[in-house]
Amino acid sequence: MSLFNIFDIAGSGMSAQSLRLNTTASNLANVDSVSSSTGETYRARQPVFATVLSNARDGMQEGGVAVNGIVESLAPLRMEHNPSHPMANEDGNIFHSNVDPVTEMANMMSATRSYQNNVEIATTSKQLLLQTLRLGQ
Amino acid sequence: MSINFDSALGVHSDALRVHSKRAELLASNLTNADTPNYKARDIDFKDAMKTASSNQSTGIKTTHTNHISTGGGQFTSPDLKYRTIMQDSLDGNTVDEQVEQTQFMENSIKYQASLTFLGSKFKDLLTAVRGD
Repeated sequence: MSLFNIFDIAGSGMSAQSLRLNTTASNLANVDSVSSSTGETYRARQPVFATVLSNARDGMQEGGVAVNGIVESLAPLRMEHNPSHPMANEDGNIFHSNVDPVTEMANMMSATRSYQNNVEIATTSKQLLLQTLRLGQ
Repeated sequence: MSINFDSALGVHSDALRVHSKRAELLASNLTNADTPNYKARDIDFKDAMKTASSNQSTGIKTTHTNHISTGGGQFTSPDLKYRTIMQDSLDGNTVDEQVEQTQFMENSIKYQASLTFLGSKFKDLLTAVRGD
């Protein structure tokens, strides 16, 4: 019964979106993180989504989504000259993280909506399956 | 005269199968709404119904244990078609969430309609069996 596969598909979507929400939370929490060298500074992280084909055997090839990895943003870090800062290096510079709060908020909204979409799909499929079980009664 | 389930239930059992397959496909589209380069797909209901109902009569019979069953009467997958998009996106994704959601909704209503038809067919059969 292919309706059961929908639970796998929607479930994979929910876990992927919650991971995306997790990275967004981590990014927003580190929006004001500073460090004394470019190597240690927090960089915005984003998950990479890819389709997994669960049922390639029968040619239908419908599939859920998987997180292929997490990439760090390559946007330049903001350097600030602030010799009085406790984290300042020998040149008196500190490095701010490259998290863009506006992008992260938009990301958060998108992830929330997609999560809700997946929940809706699972709920609808559950109702359809329950009605199918009651068939003929 | 014998009661044949296939002829008694008519087109509705096939319709149910096609609808459930389509629900899976649309769910896959919606789940991959944020996946880069994912292309939204759908099936042509008319084609799928044709395939589903023709399979029922042309399934090859297995007369020997070594014969491989072709799955006659089973739902074989119809051709997948790619959705024509209204708006391009930068990441190559062609899922339009509004379109997919309305299609999913419509599909589930049609699934329920087929279920209702099937249910009343079973009631009819039951009436025939009881004879009262």
